[in-house]
Amino acid sequence: MASEAHAAEGATGYIIHHLTPLRVGEGFWSLHLDTLFFSAVLGGLFVWFFKTAAEKATSGVPGLAQNFAEMLIEFIDTQVKDSFHGNSKLIAPLALTIFCWVFLWNFMDMFPVDLLPLIGSLMGIDYLRVVPSTDLNATFAMSISVFFLIIFYSIKIKGPVGFAKELMFQPFGPWLLPFNLLLKLVEEIAKPISLALRLFGNLYAGELIFILIALLPWYIQPVLSFPWAIFHILIITLQAFIFMVLTVVYLSMAHEDH
Amino acid sequence: MSINATLIGQMITFALLVWFTMKYIWPPLFDSLEERKKKIAEGLAAAEKGHEEILLAEKKAKKVLKEAKEQSSEIVTLAQKRANEIVEESKDTAKKEGERLIVAAKAQIEQERQQAKEVLRHEVVSLALKAAEQILGAEIDQGKHQDIISKVSNQLG
Repeated sequence: MASEAHAAEGATGYIIHHLTPLRVGEGFWSLHLDTLFFSAVLGGLFVWFFKTAAEKATSGVPGLAQNFAEMLIEFIDTQVKDSFHGNSKLIAPLALTIFCWVFLWNFMDMFPVDLLPLIGSLMGIDYLRVVPSTDLNATFAMSISVFFLIIFYSIKIKGPVGFAKELMFQPFGPWLLPFNLLLKLVEEIAKPISLALRLFGNLYAGELIFILIALLPWYIQPVLSFPWAIFHILIITLQAFIFMVLTVVYLSMAHEDH
Repeated sequence: MSINATLIGQMITFALLVWFTMKYIWPPLFDSLEERKKKIAEGLAAAEKGHEEILLAEKKAKKVLKEAKEQSSEIVTLAQKRANEIVEESKDTAKKEGERLIVAAKAQIEQERQQAKEVLRHEVVSLALKAAEQILGAEIDQGKHQDIISKVSNQLG
């Protein structure tokens, strides 16, 4: 794939080049280094910021960083309390991590499309896709983790038998068992897939539009990229928020015993 | 756009991040928030209490002031009464004293009049005796006529 993109010229080549990840290895056991690198750096940024705020945390007058961190925490806490009524030490921190991390991923979209790849190429890196959320691996990694948590909590709260019963006897009762099972399985599996694809699709499309705008003559670019960037601020926040809220909702559904 | 081992790497990173957040980030920040909430609630409660206490103290002060005013007016009334009494008493005393003085003066006057009368009587007696002596020519013997003299002298008194 990489060699094909390299060979292609013109607009198509430019687009393909921008959407090709920095990849090592072949087949399944290959890694997208750019996705791993940027998401790790952004995760580190998130952890560093919040850790600094947490270390200085005081119940007195908060500093600027603590204020910001507390604002986010209150916001997340409100969201979690709105949809999740159980008692869990995991859900709120999980939601915070998801919201901040996804937001930071998405925020990489706000950098000029050519800036980081240009710096990369100066350093000898040919391919660089800077937005981790435009990599299905990143979005699926998160949604599959959430999926595991859903399964884990379903079994933990309802018990293996209870969970199996829910899969088999709902919503139409024991007489339609196969149909119930099929419906439930689709419902469960649709959760991580929809989570991952929603985020991926939005950001991929957004990035693609930035790339397309970058192909236009320079005097048209600002007219289009400026409003799109502003609109995109909304999209990236919204997508992070949706991912977080749906995670909380799914997990609270897993906690509900019928 | 292939799914590959990046997925696993991302999942590990995600798990680490969630674990770290759960362990080191959420609790202290959330606790500080809760603690601040509590502090603010306490502060508000204290302010409320202080306000109530002020109202109470004002009420008390008003009451004390009122009491003091009542007491002072009572004292003034009492003092006026007492003053009136004293004036009355002293008037009485003065009157009595005056009367007593008058009585004493009268008694003294009476006494002096008596004394004067006595003296005058003696003198009149002796004058009368002398005159009688001279008229009768030493015939009246004082010893003999003592009865007569004392009668006359009594009549004069």
